[in-house]
Amino acid sequence: MTLRKKEALAAWFFLLPGFVGFTIFVFGAVLFSLGLSFFEWDMLTQPTFVGLKNFTRLLFEDKTFHLVFKNTLWFVVGTVPTRVLLGLLFALILVRNVPGRTFFRAVVFLPVIIPTVAAAMVWRWIFNADFGLLNDFLYHIGVSNLPRWLSHPRWALTAIVILSVWKDVGFSTVLFMAGLQSIPSTVYEAAKLDGANSWKIFLHITLPLLSPTTFFVIVINVIASFQVFDQAYVLTGGGPGNATNTIVYYIYNNAFQWFRMGYAAAVAWILFGAIFIATFIQFKYQKRWVYYE
Amino acid sequence: MRIKERILNWFLFSIMVLVAFFMLIPFFWMFSTSLKSLGEVFEYPPKWIPREPLWENYSRVWSVVPFGRYLLNSLIVSSCITFLHLLVASLSAYAFARLNFPGRDKLFLLYLATLMIPGQVTMIPNFILIKLLRLTDTYTGLILPNVFTAFGVFLLRQFFLTIPKDYEDAARIDGASRFYIYSRIILPLSIPAVSTLAIFTFVFQWNNLLWPLVVVSKDSMKTITLGLASFQGMYGTTWNLLMAAAMMGVLPSIVAFLLGQRYLIKGVTLTGLKA
Repeated sequence: MTLRKKEALAAWFFLLPGFVGFTIFVFGAVLFSLGLSFFEWDMLTQPTFVGLKNFTRLLFEDKTFHLVFKNTLWFVVGTVPTRVLLGLLFALILVRNVPGRTFFRAVVFLPVIIPTVAAAMVWRWIFNADFGLLNDFLYHIGVSNLPRWLSHPRWALTAIVILSVWKDVGFSTVLFMAGLQSIPSTVYEAAKLDGANSWKIFLHITLPLLSPTTFFVIVINVIASFQVFDQAYVLTGGGPGNATNTIVYYIYNNAFQWFRMGYAAAVAWILFGAIFIATFIQFKYQKRWVYYE
Repeated sequence: MRIKERILNWFLFSIMVLVAFFMLIPFFWMFSTSLKSLGEVFEYPPKWIPREPLWENYSRVWSVVPFGRYLLNSLIVSSCITFLHLLVASLSAYAFARLNFPGRDKLFLLYLATLMIPGQVTMIPNFILIKLLRLTDTYTGLILPNVFTAFGVFLLRQFFLTIPKDYEDAARIDGASRFYIYSRIILPLSIPAVSTLAIFTFVFQWNNLLWPLVVVSKDSMKTITLGLASFQGMYGTTWNLLMAAAMMGVLPSIVAFLLGQRYLIKGVTLTGLKA
């Protein structure tokens, strides 16, 4: 056997365990899921081929899906900019020599690692319209028309956004801190020598040099936000009505509550399409504002 | 200038105190409510400190649901997934980073491409497979489909590429086998990357709700997240018990965080992946 063949054989020895698993649970599953999206199947009777019917129904007829899609988009629009702006603000403060910064870093990051389920349980209690902390606070600062957070459609979605920002803002903060710390201090010193003030330095040096991080933080947050599920499952159960029903929740209900496997697979592919398009657009437009050295 | 900067820092400090207050209130509120009686829970205005802390709320959670079992299940499932993922990913990463074989780059690209596909796409076929194999309500069913993700392969490959090839060549000349090089040279040199990946996988799986929700129906097979979610469903209005349960659900994470904070935060910045 030649050396090259020997090396290839060794490579496959290393790859094999992963490759077998990947073939079954990833590559195979992706193909199977794609095929499944053209069928109707309840797992009890024979699957029936329906062509593109699942997709056309989802895109043109299914009013619930339209609502679910819209809810998810609102969730993305509500969480991503908030997390990015607050994350940037916290990071800008926490890279400075502020007293107690180690403690603050830990505090901001703490909610990121706890299970969303547990966090959502507490927030459900905080959002309680009659006994919750939030309305008590709002009452004390003089709000007279107290929102019934979880039973009013618009407020319920807002509640999920608030919980999600609280839960994951620390993630963006840490990424921004890393980005800020990687900007060489010599750049700042040079700008100071040229007589630039802090605001100008921030606008013309920090922001452009940080833009690759910002881009990355936005992309990651958008992808994760499209997949929101746990918060809605625990906080509102998708309600009231379908006001907080999300795409992943809809996939879950279709597949595992109603056993419409093909239909659920089609929703999953539309979710993939949405994430793909959102990410593609961001990559396409990054040239306009992301600055690479 | 120095004075100005100090004033600014103290101003920013007070902002952060306010922020920290808002970040921590839910934890404090969870703890406070968990010690109240049900009557005190519904008192208005809300009271911050319970009159008399009812520690038995915690033991009551343990007696109405098998809480220890949930914790144990989570520990078993998360540890096994972490161990297997690390093993499989590091073996694959070694091949992709260090060995030549036909089609290597194409295969790696195929692995990478799967990172774009959301887990919900593969979740449905994997559920069907697990169901057909009669593996619902088993550890195998909880563990196996979560072992194979390209993320670890990608992360470790990138790290392995930074290790100088000279080490390996020297070992080859001394007659070391490839497996010896992988296990005795590459892995030990990659401890930072491997432990980052381990922390991530573990935290992510510990917090995972959707997959256990899909494959588990037996109470004795529930993981901690699933246990909490169904506990809320069953005892929806006993807020003191719910908060005691939630408290016990976050405590292991908090302890782990306080112990491994530095690595975890470093890990996030290194990989940029969501915990």
